[in-house]
Amino acid sequence: MTAQRAKQVEEERVKELLKQALPPVACDAEPARDLWPDVLRRLDAEPAPSRALPAKLPWFDWALIGGLVVFAVSFPATIPVFLYYL
Amino acid sequence: MPDRAESVPEAILGTVLERFRRGDLDAFEALFREHQRAVYGWILRMIRDTGAAEDLTVESFLRMHRACASFDPARPFAPWARRIATRIALDWLRARPPETELGDEIVAALPASGRSDPGVVAEIRAKTAQALARLPPRLRIAAVLSLVEEQPHKEVAAALGISVTAAKLRVFRAVRLLRKDLERQGITP
Repeated sequence: MTAQRAKQVEEERVKELLKQALPPVACDAEPARDLWPDVLRRLDAEPAPSRALPAKLPWFDWALIGGLVVFAVSFPATIPVFLYYL
Repeated sequence: MPDRAESVPEAILGTVLERFRRGDLDAFEALFREHQRAVYGWILRMIRDTGAAEDLTVESFLRMHRACASFDPARPFAPWARRIATRIALDWLRARPPETELGDEIVAALPASGRSDPGVVAEIRAKTAQALARLPPRLRIAAVLSLVEEQPHKEVAAALGISVTAAKLRVFRAVRLLRKDLERQGITP
Protein backbone atom coordinates (compact mmCIF):
# COMPACT_ATOMS: atom_id res chain seq x y z
CA MET A 1 0.00 0.00 0.00
CA THR A 2 1.47 3.37 -0.98
CA ALA A 3 1.92 6.13 1.56
CA GLN A 4 -0.76 8.19 -0.17
CA ARG A 5 -3.25 5.31 -0.04
CA ALA A 6 -2.41 4.61 3.62
CA LYS A 7 -3.05 8.27 4.41
CA GLN A 8 -6.42 8.14 2.66
CA VAL A 9 -7.46 4.96 4.51
CA GLU A 10 -6.42 6.46 7.84
CA GLU A 11 -8.37 9.63 7.10
CA GLU A 12 -11.47 7.66 6.06
CA ARG A 13 -11.44 5.60 9.28
CA VAL A 14 -11.00 8.62 11.53
CA LYS A 15 -13.68 10.43 9.52
CA GLU A 16 -16.11 7.56 10.06
CA LEU A 17 -15.45 7.54 13.81
CA LEU A 18 -15.90 11.30 13.98
CA LYS A 19 -19.17 11.17 12.08
CA GLN A 20 -20.53 8.52 14.41
CA ALA A 21 -19.40 10.43 17.49
CA LEU A 22 -20.48 13.80 16.18
CA PRO A 23 -23.55 13.72 13.91
CA PRO A 24 -23.55 16.50 11.30
CA VAL A 25 -25.59 19.58 12.10
CA ALA A 26 -28.87 19.72 10.19
CA CYS A 27 -28.86 21.98 7.12
CA ASP A 28 -31.89 23.87 8.41
CA ALA A 29 -30.45 24.59 11.86
CA GLU A 30 -31.53 28.03 12.95
CA PRO A 31 -31.48 30.04 16.17
CA ALA A 32 -34.36 29.42 18.55
CA ARG A 33 -35.14 33.13 18.69
CA ASP A 34 -34.75 36.29 16.65
CA LEU A 35 -31.28 37.62 17.41
CA TRP A 36 -31.77 41.10 15.91
CA PRO A 37 -33.02 42.65 19.21
CA ASP A 38 -29.82 41.38 20.89
CA VAL A 39 -27.70 42.96 18.16
CA LEU A 40 -29.54 46.27 18.54
CA ARG A 41 -29.18 46.20 22.32
CA ARG A 42 -25.44 45.59 22.03
CA LEU A 43 -25.09 48.33 19.41
CA ASP A 44 -26.85 50.81 21.70
CA ALA A 45 -24.60 49.83 24.60
CA GLU A 46 -21.43 50.42 22.60
CA PRO A 47 -19.81 53.85 22.87
CA ALA A 48 -19.77 55.83 19.63
CA PRO A 49 -16.43 55.42 17.88
CA SER A 50 -14.17 58.42 18.32
CA ARG A 51 -13.01 59.96 15.07
CA ALA A 52 -10.40 62.15 16.75
CA LEU A 53 -7.85 59.34 17.15
CA PRO A 54 -7.45 56.01 15.41
CA ALA A 55 -8.90 53.19 17.54
CA LYS A 56 -5.69 51.21 17.59
CA LEU A 57 -2.21 51.80 16.29
CA PRO A 58 -0.10 48.80 15.29
CA TRP A 59 2.80 48.08 17.64
CA PHE A 60 5.42 48.97 15.05
CA ASP A 61 3.94 52.47 14.71
CA TRP A 62 4.36 52.95 18.45
CA ALA A 63 7.91 51.55 18.22
CA LEU A 64 8.71 54.03 15.40
CA ILE A 65 7.29 56.98 17.36
CA GLY A 66 9.20 55.87 20.46
CA GLY A 67 12.43 55.53 18.48
CA LEU A 68 12.04 59.01 17.01
CA VAL A 69 11.39 60.53 20.43
CA VAL A 70 14.47 58.81 21.91
CA PHE A 71 16.55 59.92 18.93
CA ALA A 72 15.32 63.51 19.24
CA VAL A 73 16.07 63.59 22.98
CA SER A 74 19.53 62.04 22.50
CA PHE A 75 20.52 64.26 19.56
CA PRO A 76 18.50 67.50 19.80
CA ALA A 77 20.77 69.21 17.29
CA THR A 78 19.39 66.99 14.52
CA ILE A 79 15.81 68.25 14.98
CA PRO A 80 16.23 71.35 12.74
CA VAL A 81 17.83 69.14 10.07
CA PHE A 82 14.81 66.80 10.16
CA LEU A 83 12.39 69.73 10.05
CA TYR A 84 14.27 71.18 7.07
CA TYR A 85 13.81 67.94 5.12
CA LEU A 86 10.16 67.41 6.04
CA MET B 1 -24.15 27.06 3.38
CA PRO B 2 -27.11 28.19 1.26
CA ASP B 3 -26.85 31.83 0.38
CA ARG B 4 -30.27 33.34 -0.25
CA ALA B 5 -28.60 36.65 -1.08
CA GLU B 6 -27.95 35.20 -4.54
CA SER B 7 -31.67 35.41 -5.29
CA VAL B 8 -31.74 39.18 -4.69
CA PRO B 9 -31.27 41.22 -7.89
CA GLU B 10 -27.65 42.25 -8.21
CA ALA B 11 -28.33 45.98 -8.48
CA ILE B 12 -30.35 46.01 -5.25
CA LEU B 13 -27.81 43.80 -3.49
CA GLY B 14 -25.01 46.09 -4.62
CA THR B 15 -26.86 49.06 -3.17
CA VAL B 16 -27.42 47.28 0.14
CA LEU B 17 -23.75 46.30 0.37
CA GLU B 18 -22.62 49.82 -0.46
CA ARG B 19 -24.99 51.28 2.14
CA PHE B 20 -23.76 48.73 4.68
CA ARG B 21 -20.18 49.80 4.00
CA ARG B 22 -21.20 53.38 4.80
CA GLY B 23 -22.67 52.22 8.12
CA ASP B 24 -26.38 52.33 7.22
CA LEU B 25 -28.32 50.48 9.93
CA ASP B 26 -31.22 49.48 7.65
CA ALA B 27 -28.81 47.88 5.20
CA PHE B 28 -27.11 46.12 8.11
CA GLU B 29 -30.47 44.76 9.28
CA ALA B 30 -31.29 43.57 5.75
CA LEU B 31 -27.98 41.71 5.59
CA PHE B 32 -28.52 40.35 9.09
CA ARG B 33 -31.95 38.97 8.14
CA GLU B 34 -30.48 37.46 4.99
CA HIS B 35 -27.45 35.81 6.57
CA GLN B 36 -28.39 35.21 10.21
CA ARG B 37 -29.31 31.57 9.68
CA ALA B 38 -26.26 30.77 7.60
CA VAL B 39 -23.86 32.38 10.08
CA TYR B 40 -25.56 30.63 13.01
CA GLY B 41 -25.37 27.25 11.23
CA TRP B 42 -21.71 27.78 10.37
CA ILE B 43 -20.83 28.63 13.98
CA LEU B 44 -22.88 25.71 15.30
CA ARG B 45 -20.94 23.35 13.05
CA MET B 46 -17.70 24.52 14.62
CA ILE B 47 -18.62 24.77 18.29
CA ARG B 48 -21.53 22.30 18.66
CA ASP B 49 -23.28 24.30 21.35
CA THR B 50 -26.65 25.81 20.40
CA GLY B 51 -26.78 28.42 23.19
CA ALA B 52 -23.25 29.66 22.62
CA ALA B 53 -23.81 29.63 18.84
CA GLU B 54 -26.58 32.21 19.28
CA ASP B 55 -24.34 34.46 21.38
CA LEU B 56 -21.48 34.13 18.92
CA THR B 57 -23.81 34.90 16.01
CA VAL B 58 -24.71 38.19 17.71
CA GLU B 59 -21.02 38.84 18.39
CA SER B 60 -20.13 38.09 14.77
CA PHE B 61 -22.64 40.57 13.40
CA LEU B 62 -21.46 43.21 15.85
CA ARG B 63 -17.91 42.63 14.63
CA MET B 64 -19.15 42.96 11.04
CA HIS B 65 -20.87 46.25 11.89
CA ARG B 66 -17.68 47.58 13.47
CA ALA B 67 -15.66 46.50 10.44
CA CYS B 68 -18.19 47.68 7.83
CA ALA B 69 -15.85 50.38 6.50
CA SER B 70 -13.30 47.73 5.52
CA PHE B 71 -15.87 45.68 3.59
CA ASP B 72 -15.52 45.71 -0.20
CA PRO B 73 -19.03 45.92 -1.74
CA ALA B 74 -17.67 44.47 -4.98
CA ARG B 75 -17.13 41.16 -3.18
CA PRO B 76 -19.82 38.80 -1.85
CA PHE B 77 -20.93 39.25 1.75
CA ALA B 78 -21.24 35.58 2.77
CA PRO B 79 -17.54 34.56 2.66
CA TRP B 80 -16.57 37.74 4.53
CA ALA B 81 -19.20 37.01 7.19
CA ARG B 82 -18.06 33.40 7.43
CA ARG B 83 -14.45 34.43 7.95
CA ILE B 84 -15.41 36.76 10.80
CA ALA B 85 -17.67 34.09 12.36
CA THR B 86 -14.86 31.53 12.12
CA ARG B 87 -12.44 33.84 13.88
CA ILE B 88 -14.93 34.44 16.68
CA ALA B 89 -15.66 30.73 17.07
CA LEU B 90 -11.93 30.03 17.20
CA ASP B 91 -11.44 32.64 19.95
CA TRP B 92 -14.33 31.10 21.87
CA LEU B 93 -12.88 27.60 21.62
CA ARG B 94 -9.46 28.87 22.71
CA ALA B 95 -10.95 30.58 25.76
CA ARG B 96 -12.68 27.42 27.00
CA PRO B 97 -10.99 24.92 29.31
CA PRO B 98 -10.64 21.61 27.39
CA GLU B 99 -12.45 19.45 29.96
CA THR B 100 -15.71 21.36 29.51
CA GLU B 101 -15.79 20.99 25.74
CA LEU B 102 -18.11 18.73 23.79
CA GLY B 103 -19.68 17.13 26.82
CA ASP B 104 -22.09 14.22 26.37
CA GLU B 105 -25.08 16.47 26.99
CA ILE B 106 -23.94 18.81 24.22
CA VAL B 107 -23.38 15.94 21.78
CA ALA B 108 -26.77 14.46 22.69
CA ALA B 109 -28.54 17.80 22.27
CA LEU B 110 -27.22 18.38 18.77
CA PRO B 111 -29.79 18.73 16.00
CA ALA B 112 -28.67 15.60 14.17
CA SER B 113 -29.48 14.86 10.55
CA GLY B 114 -30.09 11.19 11.30
CA ARG B 115 -26.85 9.87 9.87
CA SER B 116 -25.35 8.49 13.09
CA ASP B 117 -25.12 4.73 13.46
CA PRO B 118 -27.16 3.54 16.49
CA GLY B 119 -24.97 0.43 16.72
CA VAL B 120 -21.86 2.35 17.63
CA VAL B 121 -20.83 1.74 21.18
CA ALA B 122 -21.46 4.79 23.36
CA GLU B 123 -18.00 4.53 24.87
CA ILE B 124 -16.30 4.81 21.48
CA ARG B 125 -18.45 7.81 20.63
CA ALA B 126 -17.57 9.47 23.92
CA LYS B 127 -13.85 8.75 23.56
CA THR B 128 -13.79 10.04 20.00
CA ALA B 129 -15.59 13.22 21.05
CA GLN B 130 -13.11 13.65 23.90
CA ALA B 131 -10.15 13.11 21.57
CA LEU B 132 -11.58 15.76 19.26
CA ALA B 133 -12.04 18.15 22.18
CA ARG B 134 -8.38 17.71 23.10
CA LEU B 135 -7.17 18.87 19.69
CA PRO B 136 -5.84 22.41 19.41
CA PRO B 137 -8.82 24.60 18.35
CA ARG B 138 -7.39 25.53 14.92
CA LEU B 139 -6.91 21.85 14.05
CA ARG B 140 -10.28 20.92 15.54
CA ILE B 141 -12.17 23.44 13.43
CA ALA B 142 -10.38 22.26 10.29
CA ALA B 143 -11.18 18.62 11.12
CA VAL B 144 -14.83 19.22 11.96
CA LEU B 145 -15.52 21.35 8.88
CA SER B 146 -13.62 19.10 6.51
CA LEU B 147 -14.28 15.58 7.85
CA VAL B 148 -17.62 15.80 9.67
CA GLU B 149 -19.32 18.55 7.68
CA GLU B 150 -17.56 17.59 4.44
CA GLN B 151 -16.88 21.16 3.42
CA PRO B 152 -14.43 21.45 0.50
CA HIS B 153 -10.86 22.38 1.46
CA LYS B 154 -11.31 25.63 -0.46
CA GLU B 155 -14.23 26.66 1.78
CA VAL B 156 -12.36 25.67 4.94
CA ALA B 157 -9.30 27.61 3.81
CA ALA B 158 -11.35 30.70 2.97
CA ALA B 159 -13.13 30.62 6.34
CA LEU B 160 -9.88 30.24 8.24
CA GLY B 161 -8.08 32.83 6.12
CA ILE B 162 -5.34 30.38 5.11
CA SER B 163 -4.22 28.71 1.88
CA VAL B 164 -5.80 25.49 0.63
CA THR B 165 -2.49 23.69 1.24
CA ALA B 166 -2.41 24.93 4.82
CA ALA B 167 -6.01 23.78 5.32
CA LYS B 168 -5.15 20.30 4.00
CA LEU B 169 -2.13 20.21 6.29
CA ARG B 170 -4.26 21.09 9.31
CA VAL B 171 -6.71 18.29 8.51
CA PHE B 172 -3.82 15.87 8.05
CA ARG B 173 -2.29 16.86 11.39
CA ALA B 174 -5.68 16.63 13.10
CA VAL B 175 -6.18 13.09 11.76
CA ARG B 176 -2.73 12.06 12.97
CA LEU B 177 -3.29 13.47 16.46
CA LEU B 178 -6.77 11.95 16.67
CA ARG B 179 -5.46 8.53 15.67
CA LYS B 180 -2.71 8.67 18.29
CA ASP B 181 -5.14 9.83 20.98
CA LEU B 182 -7.64 7.08 20.12
CA GLU B 183 -4.91 4.44 20.13
CA ARG B 184 -3.83 5.60 23.58
CA GLN B 185 -7.44 5.07 24.69
CA GLY B 186 -7.45 1.56 23.25
CA ILE B 187 -9.36 2.31 20.06
CA THR B 188 -7.72 1.38 16.78
CA PRO B 189 -9.20 3.43 13.97
